[in-house]
Amino acid sequence: MIEVEVLVIGGGPAGLCAAINAAQAGAQVLVLERHELPGGQLVKQTHMFFGSEKQYASVRGVDIAPKLIDKIAKLDKINLETQATALGIYEDGVVTAEIKGVYTHIKPKRIIVATGASEKTLVFPNNDLPGIYGAGAVQTLMNVYGVKPGNNVLMVGAGNIGLIVSYQLAQAGVKIKAIIDAAPKIGGYLVHAAKVQRMGIPILTGYTVKEAVGTDCIQKAVIVKLDENWQPVEGTEIEYEVDVMCIAVGLSPLAELLWQAGCDMKYISELSGFVPVRTKMLETSVKGMYVAGDVCGVEEATSAMVEGYLAGLAAAESLGYKNEIMAEKRQDYIDQLEALRGGHIGKKILSGLKKVTI
Amino acid sequence: MCEKSKVASQQQIDEAFPADGRLAKGPAAIIECFQRIPCNPCFAACKRKAIKEFNDINDLPIIDHDACNGCGMCIVKCPGLAIMVVDAGYSAHEALIKIPYEFVPLPNKTQILNGLDREGKYICDVIVRDVWDSKTLDKTPIISFSVPIEYIKNVRNISMKS
Repeated sequence: MIEVEVLVIGGGPAGLCAAINAAQAGAQVLVLERHELPGGQLVKQTHMFFGSEKQYASVRGVDIAPKLIDKIAKLDKINLETQATALGIYEDGVVTAEIKGVYTHIKPKRIIVATGASEKTLVFPNNDLPGIYGAGAVQTLMNVYGVKPGNNVLMVGAGNIGLIVSYQLAQAGVKIKAIIDAAPKIGGYLVHAAKVQRMGIPILTGYTVKEAVGTDCIQKAVIVKLDENWQPVEGTEIEYEVDVMCIAVGLSPLAELLWQAGCDMKYISELSGFVPVRTKMLETSVKGMYVAGDVCGVEEATSAMVEGYLAGLAAAESLGYKNEIMAEKRQDYIDQLEALRGGHIGKKILSGLKKVTI
Repeated sequence: MCEKSKVASQQQIDEAFPADGRLAKGPAAIIECFQRIPCNPCFAACKRKAIKEFNDINDLPIIDHDACNGCGMCIVKCPGLAIMVVDAGYSAHEALIKIPYEFVPLPNKTQILNGLDREGKYICDVIVRDVWDSKTLDKTPIISFSVPIEYIKNVRNISMKS
């Protein structure tokens, strides 16, 4: 049985920042990251971040991960385990995990769940043809492993992920036939849209996928226009010859551990799925269990980092670790989150958070 | 930009460009950022404080074109790649435009490329005048190219001739 003060499940931006803050406050921390590389989504984000200096604005995601990992390496109160998958959280407070093939029991005093989110899919005929990927999966293939997914792409979804991955595909020499979105408006940042539009990539709003066509893999994608009631309009079909379709229709929090642990969960569409009810300091309805990042509401890596810092601080403080600058730091994180949520996307997030923050 | 019609409107473009006469005096940054999003590194990038400090990071950037000397540091710092530098004083018939260009291969000086508008449509041929790609630019090279002066507000991007 491994006894630890703070267990952080997830080594992405939220988890790494939570670990840093908990350790800096004095707590002993174990981080479990299931991949070989820590960093979560950061490791494939070759684009520059927005936000402000505190959230590494203008720094590329791929460059932020090493900075955080470096900070962690210098803090000997943190043990960062990779190839470590959390398997379950039990009623007696024991967390089981598989760490590099070894089944392990952990008894933590506090838990921070920062497991992120996974890609949603879309239902249409032949949506299981090889060549149809989640956009995030394509981003990983390209940016982490240097593998080109194909040559001609239809991107489904004009949110930030759809727009950014289209740009990155174009950087890799892949042709984007079109970006479509069922919504009447582009959901992502208009500066991201402008980058791809000035390359001649058309963005069609109000369109959805009718079907994919192909025998062993996708060869054609057929899209169709939607009316104001989201119904397909006959005769408006457009066909594209593609060997790749990327689905970028949003993410869903990976909340299984929270369900198992008995957290109060609510379905909040603005936060992209079932999320835990939590306090302002990110503690769930299960005492001693905290959350940070996409698992408690799909947002951005910038806010994930700040939530991580906040949860790490709160967990350490609840263990009795206190110092003079904690209150100031805490207020700073709250202010940063407020600033990050000041735009149009933030409005939606805030409305969702109101429904789950106690 | 309008979310439905998508590219920047003529009015938005005109508002981003400085008053008549300024660009003939020398280069200045044109910031095509028309949507409130949480983002402010352009302010920190400008050593001359030509871009005003943000009260709220969701505010649109405000630039004082008289304080701006067109150095281009903001071009590489803008995460949205929404900034270019324009110089209408380059020659009698041409303007010089500097844009971020994150593609390979980089073009060479004197190379002739396609000048594209905000929808990626071909407007005119452009000539590459300079290519910057140093460590400071953090993988956002800057290409400067000349365009016929009448297209100064139209050309926003470049592409290689096939």
